[in-house]
Amino acid sequence: MTEQRRPHILITGAAGALAQQVIEQLRDTCDLVAVDFREQVYLGDDIPSYCIDFNKRVFEDLFRRYQFDGVIHMGRIMSSQLTRMRRYNANVLGTQKLLDLSHKYGIKRVVVLSTFHVYGAVAYNPALIDEAAPLKSAGLSADLIDSVELENLANIYLWRYPELNITILRPCNIVGPGVRNTISTLLASERAPVLAGFSPMMQFIHIDDMADAIVLAYKKPTRGVYNVAPQDWVAYQHALKLCGCKRIQVPSIPPMVPKMILGTLKLKSFPSYLMAFFKYPVVIDGRAFVNEFGFEPKRPLKEIFRFYRENKRPV
Amino acid sequence: MSLASFLKTRLVPAELNEHINRIRKPIGSLGYDPWGYNNEAMKYGLSLTKQIYEKYFRVQAHGVENIPADGPVLIIANHSGQLPIDGLLIGYALASREKDARIPRAMIERFFPTVPWLGNLLNEVGAVLGDPVNCAKMLANDEAVIVFPEGVRGSGKLYQDRYQLKRFGNGFMHLAMKYKAPIVPVGVVGCEETIPAIANIKPLAKALGIPYAPVAMPVVLPAKVHLNFGAPMYFDDLEIPEEQVTERVEKVKAEISRLIDKGLSERKRLF
Repeated sequence: MTEQRRPHILITGAAGALAQQVIEQLRDTCDLVAVDFREQVYLGDDIPSYCIDFNKRVFEDLFRRYQFDGVIHMGRIMSSQLTRMRRYNANVLGTQKLLDLSHKYGIKRVVVLSTFHVYGAVAYNPALIDEAAPLKSAGLSADLIDSVELENLANIYLWRYPELNITILRPCNIVGPGVRNTISTLLASERAPVLAGFSPMMQFIHIDDMADAIVLAYKKPTRGVYNVAPQDWVAYQHALKLCGCKRIQVPSIPPMVPKMILGTLKLKSFPSYLMAFFKYPVVIDGRAFVNEFGFEPKRPLKEIFRFYRENKRPV
Repeated sequence: MSLASFLKTRLVPAELNEHINRIRKPIGSLGYDPWGYNNEAMKYGLSLTKQIYEKYFRVQAHGVENIPADGPVLIIANHSGQLPIDGLLIGYALASREKDARIPRAMIERFFPTVPWLGNLLNEVGAVLGDPVNCAKMLANDEAVIVFPEGVRGSGKLYQDRYQLKRFGNGFMHLAMKYKAPIVPVGVVGCEETIPAIANIKPLAKALGIPYAPVAMPVVLPAKVHLNFGAPMYFDDLEIPEEQVTERVEKVKAEISRLIDKGLSERKRLF
């Protein structure tokens, strides 16, 4: 093997907007292979792209064929997609398979994208939660169990196989052009539900900044768990106002009422299991990541919200 | 001119607006900090509190200059009077002082964040869920934090127990030592008479999920309030057994007790 060999990187979740940003940043210097369980995306002739289930045996063939040096795992199915069971299979068992293969084929760097949802939204959350805080979310909603389990698994592998150099990133709300998660859908809509009398503090990171963070993390093999969030904060209802959304007040007390309303309406953009995140703040402390990796977010909140205000009909 | 800015010109005096803008504080690009403090909301809050402080309770504050101009500091006071009016008044005294004004942060009861509107409102004017992690992070952020170590034991006590200090928790002392934050003791006199309660209906409080349910008149009486700020107390950060931490807490408690007696002796009449 010569020293000039370009690093080979496996990127999961390639159909997502974030993965595509990461691919754009890395394609000039690395040989990438993109996979996604949802669809095969065309990323140009130089990047092989597959629609593949990690739990199928053919997945291992990719490791044999491409001799990866690193893995960037962004293929976490968000809690708004698929059923609980399928999500568990894909997120937890699929990730286990991915990490087992990474170990078997001598991968030297793994970056796993998690979410701040693992901390769970409760009234007693302190602000600036750091990475050592307990992950309460599994006890609060069965729909978030797979997110927590994915992290636990990655953590076990982090200690058991230090040579994998696993870094787990827990970003705050990722927003911006092309992002299809719950919060982005809400900010982009004309009307957004709010729980009357509750406007928790939130943090938002622009998709381009998040892509920068992932690339930075990949390039420096420091193991560990890191929150990723800019040092800026805004109340949820204020954010909606700045995005030009009309706020629809959902009665908030007693707590059974909003649960029943949202359970009946089954709004995809305001699922009942994420309700607590629109009620209580989950403000994370991103300073450890900034200090360790020299991360500097460049897109201010005002710019993010301007984008949503001016693009009320997202493509 | 929008309704909001019209209201602001009517409600927030220009000099107060300027005064708050001058105070240095770690906030983000939209005027918020991680705990939900909001600069604009603070302006309304202070304008309203100014009336309450000067006209309603006619507060007399002594020694507010004892609070250092910068760096972490714990402002420790006796708690009384069912509602956290004492916190509000101490906070205003600090925020409105002519020289080196600071934005006060108060640690509040755990049940407030679950109350719609009120929880957010309190956060916007600087109050924060009384969690040790919050207090630690704020001191690390060089904030001035108001703590009532008696908690609901103090605020929920009955009129017959007025000016008797309840048990102080040791948490504040550990934080003061760890973050090398001076402690400024405060004796509050007058708040006991604002909402005199004769009994506490414990089953009702339990049913409603609130800390206490006082039997009192549904009005806040305009008692005259005296605030006495003591000299800052410094404690080293040596590893010491809990017993000695308690001794240090007792020292602070004794100083607060002295300041309360001073306030009581200064007081000419209740209202």
